[in-house]
Amino acid sequence: MQSTSHLFKDNVARALVDPNLQQALVHVRTKFIDKRQDAINALPEFEALRDAARDLKNHVLSRLDQYLVQFEENVARHGGQVHWAQTPAEARQTILEICRRANARTVTKGKTMVGEEIGINDHLAANGIEPIETDLGEYIIQLRGETPSHVIAPAVHLTKAQVEETFRKVHTELDPARNLEEPETLLNEARHRLRGRFIVADVGITGANFLIADSGTTTIVTNEGNGDLTQTLPRIHIVLAGIEKIVPSIKDAGLLLRVLARSATGQEMSAYTTFSTGPRRPGDLDGPDEFHVVLLDNGRSKLLGTEFEEMLRCIRCGACLNHCPIYHAVGGHAYGWVYAGPIGAITTPALIGIENATPLPEASSLCGRCESVCPVRIPIPKMLRHWREEAFERRLTGTCARWALALWAALATRPALYRLATGVGARVLRLLAGRRGRFATLPFASAWTKHRDLPAPQGRTFMAQYRSRK
Amino acid sequence: MTSARDRILGAIRNNLAAGGRQAEAYPGSGPEPQRAKLPPAGQRALFLRMASQAAATTDVATARAEIPALIAAYLKNHNLPAQIRVAPDPRLTGLDWTSQPLLEVSSGGTDGSHPVSVTGAFSAVAETGTLALTSGAPSPTLLNFLPENHIVVLDAKDLSGSYEDLWAKLKAQYGAEMPRTLNLVTGPSRSGDIEQTILMGAHGPKRLHIILLDEQT
Ligand code: SF4
Repeated sequence: MQSTSHLFKDNVARALVDPNLQQALVHVRTKFIDKRQDAINALPEFEALRDAARDLKNHVLSRLDQYLVQFEENVARHGGQVHWAQTPAEARQTILEICRRANARTVTKGKTMVGEEIGINDHLAANGIEPIETDLGEYIIQLRGETPSHVIAPAVHLTKAQVEETFRKVHTELDPARNLEEPETLLNEARHRLRGRFIVADVGITGANFLIADSGTTTIVTNEGNGDLTQTLPRIHIVLAGIEKIVPSIKDAGLLLRVLARSATGQEMSAYTTFSTGPRRPGDLDGPDEFHVVLLDNGRSKLLGTEFEEMLRCIRCGACLNHCPIYHAVGGHAYGWVYAGPIGAITTPALIGIENATPLPEASSLCGRCESVCPVRIPIPKMLRHWREEAFERRLTGTCARWALALWAALATRPALYRLATGVGARVLRLLAGRRGRFATLPFASAWTKHRDLPAPQGRTFMAQYRSRK
Repeated sequence: MTSARDRILGAIRNNLAAGGRQAEAYPGSGPEPQRAKLPPAGQRALFLRMASQAAATTDVATARAEIPALIAAYLKNHNLPAQIRVAPDPRLTGLDWTSQPLLEVSSGGTDGSHPVSVTGAFSAVAETGTLALTSGAPSPTLLNFLPENHIVVLDAKDLSGSYEDLWAKLKAQYGAEMPRTLNLVTGPSRSGDIEQTILMGAHGPKRLHIILLDEQT
């Protein structure tokens, strides 16, 4: 997928004035957070499970090579095939070859973020094979030519009215005067349309939430059941997954399942968790004839053994997005690439290079809510700081910011000067702000004041107060 | 040129070594929630409660022979067609369906033309009200997904308290192998993709009805 992460500022400016987006984002703030909290309140072991999930993932990463080899052996033992892809191009080529060999005309797809990462839809379409997204949210955005804006709720940036408008525009065989007032009607329309596509598809592509090493099993978690129809109806099932998705055995998948749905949607369990091991067996009345797993590296391996390794623990639950004040304000598309929100701000620089995503690690107030909800305890704020340091060292940070930091460093290392400057500064700002105590505009701070007022400093500086109270 | 496999495995090994990363010991799979550690009667009650919480409906049969009548009544109460597709499982096909003359009964897999399926279950997990359905000749996977209404007959003897219990049962039944497909099903199909409002019946069944066969009570 083409990235616009380097244009984050422009993306944000657009997002903040997009009334549909702002209306849709309210649902993130209100619906996800309370449900997660309720689910966690109902499970006293939750914090201990988070520790265990973190430790399990660390263990796996420390011997990832061994587990991957074991996984490959067990897939083969059950008649499936593992394909390795170091780059998106290799993964696309592998998938295209499998589809071509099958003379595939249409491919149904379950939700896969790795699929977005490698741009599989465009590649298939360019080669005459039609990809059909089947997750309702993915289907809607595919019709609109958009990309997902949230890892588990891809169409969260849209209002119901926009979905209705899209269906009217695309589903032209239906009565244009039909009533689409109820959201149920929209759902049924999509269900109807997609049923036929499921039945005739030649290949089904899904992602994977877990890859189980000791049995060669892949796992998907969905609420709609689209992933199951995608992988059971066509002759060929292709699983596309990042190499970090490995767990040793099914009971470890069980551990991660205990934290996944609760963190993601506040459910005890998502409606469907499906474990798949190889192709159809003798006597089976359904299931695919071929089972392929494409393992993608795409820069993950180079994070191992570095200060960025911990981001590979991510189970893509979306909790960090749901709790992020920045995400609440600008949504997912502003981040400019596949992964949005706090996890996107640290993953994107890792996968496409910090030079192409310099503004993302800056897009945070380091408030720490992401880390406080992450089920595998990824220290996201720490990693944001690592990326900022790296950007600074590699002189990717803008001149203005570098000057400001240099000035601040000069002051901070001279305490007397610092106290004088902040004391004077605070008083000047207070005077300028007048009776309202707020600035609607301020030179050099227009990026802030364009969307909100800047409160003037109140009272004395911290140091002055500290001295007088000592 | 070396294969992608060798390049990836090589990169993993090199980077782990360069970072001084030691292989960590296996840390275990976390605590087993207290809530599921119950005697059998408590497990049954917990299962029924959790399944309803996930928007499944439930019934209890005290004898196998009651099942056909319970299914006929369920279909009637919900205004559903009296037409069922029964999984080719002798424990289900062997029931006395002639006791329900209005019920049209056929058996086998499905191509999507059947409005109601009736299947068995390998097990279920009381902890979250989750059914565990395994694929095989007597239990085609599509019966769990294509029909708009899915009725599952669960023998109380097969119920698991926690996931740990379920994994042990799988091991006892399948050894080191896994069934081709294991479906963990918690309530009917749903989607929250339109304004995060939960709607039932996205691509799978709109209704999930569970009949718990409890011959001890
Ligand atoms: S970083 Fe943590 S909270 Fe964010 S998506 Fe990944 S696992 Fe979930």
